Amino acid sequence: MTGFIALISGLLFGVGLAMSEMINRERILGFLDVAGAWDPTLLFVMCGAVGTTLVTFQWLLHRRPFLRQQVSTQEALGINPALIIGSALFGIGWGVSGYCPGPGVALLAVDLPAAIIYLVGVIAGSSLLWTFMSGAKPSGSSNCG
Amino acid sequence: MLQAILGGVLIGVAATVLLAGNGRLAGNSGMLHRLLPPQPGDAMWRILYLLGLVLGAGLYAWLQPQPAAAAAARAAHPLAVLLGGVIVGVGTRLGGGCTSGHGVCGIARLSLRSFVATLIFMVVGMLTVAVIRHLIP
Repeated sequence: MTGFIALISGLLFGVGLAMSEMINRERILGFLDVAGAWDPTLLFVMCGAVGTTLVTFQWLLHRRPFLRQQVSTQEALGINPALIIGSALFGIGWGVSGYCPGPGVALLAVDLPAAIIYLVGVIAGSSLLWTFMSGAKPSGSSNCG
Repeated sequence: MLQAILGGVLIGVAATVLLAGNGRLAGNSGMLHRLLPPQPGDAMWRILYLLGLVLGAGLYAWLQPQPAAAAAARAAHPLAVLLGGVIVGVGTRLGGGCTSGHGVCGIARLSLRSFVATLIFMVVGMLTVAVIRHLIP
């Protein structure tokens, strides 16, 4: 059942990404290009997504307090250097490649060569960091499920 | 614009399904990181989620009258995609999330860490594109 729910969730996420054109890197770079011809599409997508999750998550987390504990385990770390440096690095990589991880995976369906190149990079970077930090736990991993 | 908002709502519904059904956050970078290396008993649902992500995007693209040719309009330099990917891999693992984990899920949890992370990667992403597109001749 857990696997089936995960599959359905992934399916919906993938359709959402494709429908909102978030697998088109020009849309992403257009949003990040505030000094050029700014493209607001990503902002609309975030409004639709966060507008939905704000309501549903707050409802779920209030109804089931154990869920809040389960998904907030990293909150005690606070605003630490790992969070700041990691997020800044992610911003750089996002701007350089035009893809964040979700669209990078979904891209396998429409642009196989680009998706493979991107994901090889992500997997290499992630594994490299894991090797360096093995023993020490990377910050805030629970934010990613 | 309507398509963008609707697509966003679907993404929100997807995250809701995973939280309500499995008590998990739909963070896409975490799905990948937690498979490197895979943990016994924790890998299959992540693989199925990622499979769904690909199938969903493929299904939508397949149903379109005009396939997503526009996506490759301005083809990316493979080296930029690879290098960007490496930096994203390091950054999202170190920072514990990406646009979905910190952005879509974290903000909805009213997590201060996720607010800060989202603000940082958005601003730094904008600065990066400004440098690449407007400062480098």
